[in-house]
Amino acid sequence: MIKKLLEINGISKTYPGVIANSDISFNINTGEVHALLGENGAGKSTLVKIIYGLVKPDSGNLLLNGVPFRPGTPSEARKAGIAMVFQHFSLFEALSVAENISLGMDNPPNQRDLGKKIKSVSESYGLPLDPAKTVGELSVGGRQRVEIIRCLLQNPKLLVMDEPTSVLTPQEVDILFKTLLKLRSEGTSILYISHKLEEIRKLCDTATILRLGKKVDTCTPEKTSTKKLAEMMVGSTIKAPEKLNKPAGRVMLNVNNICCVSKSQFGTSLTNVTFDLRQGKILGIGGVAGNGQDELFAVLSGEQFSQHGSIGLNGINITKFNPNQRRKIGLLSAPEERLGHAAAPNMSLIENTLITAENSQNLVSRGFIDWKKSKAFAEKVIKKFDVRTPGSQNTAGSLSGGNLQKFVIGREILQNPSVFIVNQPTWGVDAAAASSIRQALLTLSENGAAILVISQDLDELLEISDQFAALNGGALSRIEKTADLSMEQIGLMMGGAKDLEVHNV
Amino acid sequence: MFKLEKRPEQSQKWIYLSPFLAVLITMISGGILFATLGENPFEAIRIIFWDPLFDPSFASYSRPQLLVKAGPLILIAIGLSFGFKAGVWNIGAEGQYILGAIFGASVALAFYPMESKLIFPLMIIAGALGGFLWGLIPALLKAKLNTNEILVSLMLVYVAESILASVSQGLLKNPDGYGFPGSRNLQNYASAANVEIIANSGMHWGVLFAFITVIFSYIILTKHIQGFNIQLTGQAPRASKFAGVNPTANIVFCLGISGALAGLAGMFEVSGPSGQITIEFNSGYGFTAIIVAFLGRLHPIGIFLSGLLIALTYIGGELAQLMLGLPGASIQLFQGMLLFFLLATDLFANYKVKIGANK
Repeated sequence: MIKKLLEINGISKTYPGVIANSDISFNINTGEVHALLGENGAGKSTLVKIIYGLVKPDSGNLLLNGVPFRPGTPSEARKAGIAMVFQHFSLFEALSVAENISLGMDNPPNQRDLGKKIKSVSESYGLPLDPAKTVGELSVGGRQRVEIIRCLLQNPKLLVMDEPTSVLTPQEVDILFKTLLKLRSEGTSILYISHKLEEIRKLCDTATILRLGKKVDTCTPEKTSTKKLAEMMVGSTIKAPEKLNKPAGRVMLNVNNICCVSKSQFGTSLTNVTFDLRQGKILGIGGVAGNGQDELFAVLSGEQFSQHGSIGLNGINITKFNPNQRRKIGLLSAPEERLGHAAAPNMSLIENTLITAENSQNLVSRGFIDWKKSKAFAEKVIKKFDVRTPGSQNTAGSLSGGNLQKFVIGREILQNPSVFIVNQPTWGVDAAAASSIRQALLTLSENGAAILVISQDLDELLEISDQFAALNGGALSRIEKTADLSMEQIGLMMGGAKDLEVHNV
Repeated sequence: MFKLEKRPEQSQKWIYLSPFLAVLITMISGGILFATLGENPFEAIRIIFWDPLFDPSFASYSRPQLLVKAGPLILIAIGLSFGFKAGVWNIGAEGQYILGAIFGASVALAFYPMESKLIFPLMIIAGALGGFLWGLIPALLKAKLNTNEILVSLMLVYVAESILASVSQGLLKNPDGYGFPGSRNLQNYASAANVEIIANSGMHWGVLFAFITVIFSYIILTKHIQGFNIQLTGQAPRASKFAGVNPTANIVFCLGISGALAGLAGMFEVSGPSGQITIEFNSGYGFTAIIVAFLGRLHPIGIFLSGLLIALTYIGGELAQLMLGLPGASIQLFQGMLLFFLLATDLFANYKVKIGANK
């Protein structure tokens, strides 16, 4: 007999200018893995925050085991048996695993007892964890384990997981799924948030799909096709980018044995990174976040100089060139962080063209800015890349993530780079915009540019890149043809599997 | 209950409106303050803001004073605004002002009593150089050793004051001064005197320089790539690095230009209204200019207007001391309130205030 654990009735929540949740109702049953599916901005996070007591709904109510449930704070929610693993971890890197876990507890036992408990719980769920280890030394997958164990120690009735696999290698995902299925068999319900459809079809019993703050449908993912799920999530059909297979041209960028010490304390230094970028080809670099991606980008864009090794562009040694000098000879780049790095949030789109296009578009003559030309260029980007904004006068910060990303990528592509470096091109971008950005990258490569795409989205890399390599601990794996790789090989290249072995569950 | 709601974009309307609101609230609070001191608030406000300009018995003296006081304030504040826009906080303009005055006066005294048309231009260059070098100290320390420019520039004010005390009793002391501390009076040295360009207007060379600086800084900030880079660095440091702006050059530019302009202000003051280097030569213009810069929204035209307003509070404050016997500190209080209320009303630019019983 199916028992309802949590009933969600007509939840609505409005933020200034945005309806985050509009009259959402569904139930989570005891012992089921319930998926909450939707694009960025569909209202998943808001709903989860309401369940976890971080946000109060404007209207609607929750029933937990048939009793009205209105958590005012996360600790009230925890007392009622709800635990949550956030996408962004809240851990102190300088403290040990046990210390981190005890900090999150209301009445922590002493460290020795806690350590024993952590060991036994983590092993029984197939997620072995050494309580004495410093969190800073753990991989991202290991840190996620700390968060999960922290939740499991409370014996939750409902475990909420926000995009847990976005930071994991395929092997780590398998381990996690085994743990979740064991939890389900013990009667724990899991609310699983994701936009990865295959994952949800594999793991979840029920899926509720949100779009623009409204519930679209609740269905059984196993019996629904991926295509159908995607269409429900996005609200329209999406054209997959087309890829032509052109022969590789000559080497444009030659990166030779780069070593670079990271500037941040818990960053990852690059060691002996070597690769070539060829005309008309896309090299995809995967890897779990924090394995040197940001450092690699900074070294290639010219924001940071490597201590060893050399970078050559078309035979010119550009190792000590700053970003502008590199742009002048055709190497352009687009960083991961849109606001504050690729663009200045409080400046208009016109002003934002000056950040990278100053030289190639002749926007400045003898030190004076040609505002007419800047405006024309901004409007060209807006038009060609379908950036939805009232006008070029609007600030970068007023655009949605997807539209700003289209602007940032468009700003670079319209300058006709011969080498283009991009970090996380579709991070936090809705599916339609992501697909158009990927298409733009493919078109750029067909026109003869050499492209490097750094991304944590494996599906994206498999879709657009000709070659694939993974960063692990600041070192680059072998470079393989994407077409020849299996998911398992990719996982091994990402290297996360070596310190996270599967235990018998 | 009041509720603050973040605006999606800064309200342009409120950015320009809030200084006026701040002035109004300052007048009201000042009025209450004066009332508690037993004065008629309306009379006190009138004496401070109206009489210096329009009262027949005071205006002939006060009106020229308006430009005399506003000139250095505007000159210094324009320089500061470059740094403030870039997130480089020069709090030590007072020290750069003193060094500019010492450098300028030293050049004049070195040539005394020779008369030449070249002396005054040389003094201008020396004044700017003095302030520039003093501003360069925190700039290089920040660029090379990542020290905090707020602390270093502020501490250098006290160093500058000690140098001032030393030279006015030593190196630059007037040999014919009967042993009193202080230099010769440059007003009595024709080649070095900063005279009024238009008689009885208060318009001396320094005021003219201030006005020219306003125009130049407007052009740099709105039309020149250097001005854009400064604003980009202040708003999004990572983006400015990505754009290829050299952070060291930027820090040196901001502190250097604000130092040079403060030094110029000091030079024009010592060769004009003040006339001589004395121990109490500096009167806090370097600090008050910070208020002027913010009240003027770091915008050249705004700084021009707020410089005049703050100058008015100086003159009006003196008048109020004379007429009502108000304590001298009350005018500093007034200026402080102005900055306080300005920062408070800035809230409206970023937030909407909603009144309602929404829990």
